[in-house]
Amino acid sequence: MAESRLRISKLDGVTQVEFVDRNILDEANIQAIADEISRVVEATPEPKLLLNFANVDHLSSAALGALITINSKVKERRGSLRLANIDPQIYEVFLITRLNKLFEIHETAEDALESFA
Amino acid sequence: MSSPCADNPGTDPDAVHVGVPYDRDRIDELEERLLEAVERAGYEKASRFAIKLAFEEALMNAFSHGHEGLGDDVEVEVEYRVRPDEVFIAVQDQGPGFTPHEVPDPTLDENLAKPTGRGLMLIRAYMSEVTHNAAGNRVEMRYRRPAD
Repeated sequence: MAESRLRISKLDGVTQVEFVDRNILDEANIQAIADEISRVVEATPEPKLLLNFANVDHLSSAALGALITINSKVKERRGSLRLANIDPQIYEVFLITRLNKLFEIHETAEDALESFA
Repeated sequence: MSSPCADNPGTDPDAVHVGVPYDRDRIDELEERLLEAVERAGYEKASRFAIKLAFEEALMNAFSHGHEGLGDDVEVEVEYRVRPDEVFIAVQDQGPGFTPHEVPDPTLDENLAKPTGRGLMLIRAYMSEVTHNAAGNRVEMRYRRPAD
């Protein structure tokens, strides 16, 4: 198996995923990341998932697509997904695409963690 | 193609015309070269973000859609010219082309949860001007330097 591009931790029932790469652009890489997150989602009955973008400088539309697919999987399992620590330039991409309406986005990981309570 | 290959981009680092296969290292190398030229020309971080985003999306559209079913070795043709007032980028694939106005608006409520179809609208959002050839397999993008 290829080396993971994610750091996954669990705190108070919330699975936090941090991205190792600054650029999430390449489709093969995105697919590997999506598959790994999907395995986490599918291993939990009502997953509480926090995706922390603190290290990320660039996201492609293919990465946005993977986030949408993950969101659908989380909802199918009656779980909840939060995004946090999104760089202002990337957040603008969420605004332009109106994906800020689809995702619950928090400024910090702490805010996102509290929102699960 | 008579233009220089990616290993020999010519003498002007600010005006490049190359073919690139679907090879992430080669794409990264070309993108880095473009962004170095953009930085040398004095464009700010926000401009470099916009140019990188549009370049990535155009290339990925070319490989994923234009070259669907073709091998990774089939090259996409990339041209760019970096000038102090404007950055021009053209990406041309060897596929059958598409009809840009038939791409659904991904920001409509009914399309928000669809995982694909945002590349072109992001290019249009970040570039000053975007045009396609009649065949629909070449996109030309211009980014004009914002006023100070």
